[in-house]
Amino acid sequence: MDISLALYLLIGFMIASALIAIEARDLLSAVVSVSAAGAGLSIIFLLLGALDLAIVQVVVEVISLIVLIRATVTRKDTTYDSRPNTFAVAGGLVFCALLCAACYWAFGGLVPFGTPKMTMGMPYLVNTFQRTGAPNAVAGIILDFRGYDTLGEATVIFVAIIGAYVLLRHVGRKPDARHDAHR
Amino acid sequence: MRGMTLIVRTVTSLVSAFILLYGIYIVLYGHLSPGGGFAGGVILACCVILLVLAFGKKFVDGLISERAPYLWDCLGALLFLAIALAGYYGGQFFYNFLVAPESHAAPVTAANVAGNYRLFSSGIILPCNIAIGIKVAACLFGVFAVLAVFRPMKTQEGETR
Amino acid sequence: MIPYFLAIVLLAVGVYAIACKRNLIKVIIGSMICEYAVNLFLILMGYRWTATGAPIRTPAMDKAAGSADVVQRAQHFANISVDALPQALILTSIVIGLGMTALLAAMAIRLHEKYGTFDVAEMRKLQG
Repeated sequence: MDISLALYLLIGFMIASALIAIEARDLLSAVVSVSAAGAGLSIIFLLLGALDLAIVQVVVEVISLIVLIRATVTRKDTTYDSRPNTFAVAGGLVFCALLCAACYWAFGGLVPFGTPKMTMGMPYLVNTFQRTGAPNAVAGIILDFRGYDTLGEATVIFVAIIGAYVLLRHVGRKPDARHDAHR
Repeated sequence: MRGMTLIVRTVTSLVSAFILLYGIYIVLYGHLSPGGGFAGGVILACCVILLVLAFGKKFVDGLISERAPYLWDCLGALLFLAIALAGYYGGQFFYNFLVAPESHAAPVTAANVAGNYRLFSSGIILPCNIAIGIKVAACLFGVFAVLAVFRPMKTQEGETR
Repeated sequence: MIPYFLAIVLLAVGVYAIACKRNLIKVIIGSMICEYAVNLFLILMGYRWTATGAPIRTPAMDKAAGSADVVQRAQHFANISVDALPQALILTSIVIGLGMTALLAAMAIRLHEKYGTFDVAEMRKLQG
């Protein structure tokens, strides 16, 4: 089944929502637009045969939306009130154009889309069921063949969340009523 | 933090048990169908966040302390590390010692088939999924709790809620 | 080549948001867009035209393989599924991206409480 048309439409939708998200004046609209881009990415994962990733992307998108809405409760982007820095914006656009041009030139050497080499992927797909007993090849890879990487990832999540706890705790500089409310 | 309207509270009290069951299913059957520890853990965190959002802060004031998500997070991470270290029982770090030893041999022949599509047929993958599910659920609920429950939000007008 | 190039266009949109925007929330949104772009690029590398589905093996697939030999069945499954290794890498990356977003949002909240604004130019002037 040819998925090219649906793939291009969805990637175009993601780029459009990303552009809306970074140019919107209302912060709540910007956050909702970037969540729409994430939902589009989840549908792309479904089209490309990555079912685990589609589930994880949707639920992670929901959590990011909750966290960002809590952060943007003030709702108004006040940076448009002053004059924009034209040189900075122009420099940024030139750099992004250079990035796209360099990548277009470099991708001439990649294998064409849809024909991967799979030098490491083929032995994993052939041997997963026999050696680990798991029909889901992705679960067999992340928890048996490459379990050490999953341990590293659990550590990174742990450290990031501990960082968020440390930043948001109440150890006070000034006495105020919040301390008494939590005894 | 206030709760929500009567419609939201009624629907939440009907639906949250099914969401919890769905999250547990995705964690446990992660090696047989799409899912796994990460997806299931985030779904479990979403279920508890839904309860807190719908019923308000008074719902959790007596139930969880400020350190409870932090302790469950550490417990999940230590459990995962303990399963990895228990691989030394089979000979290497993170060794899958619950699967039959013949299946680790190099050539794949009919004599060393390990799998048969059942819940307990994949060795350490199931306990690892459970440990990761506990860890991810606790840490994401802890982030939400520390952002919105244990810290009053100030809106633009300066009121606290 | 076109899908890869579109993923890099999305990355360029994210890099523009991180580098040229003055509001902290737009910077966080830019980093989320960069992360989506990188995950999209990696999953595009793993797709196969000749594949019919996800890398999850079912008993029906075993019956459709035609023979009862274990090696034949494994090879049949490997021929009709997409590459599973990029999916394992991206699973890790998505969850780490969530942790990074939560940490950045926590920093933004603390900065807003201290300076009263999300604008980085104002914060530089205030020098609290």
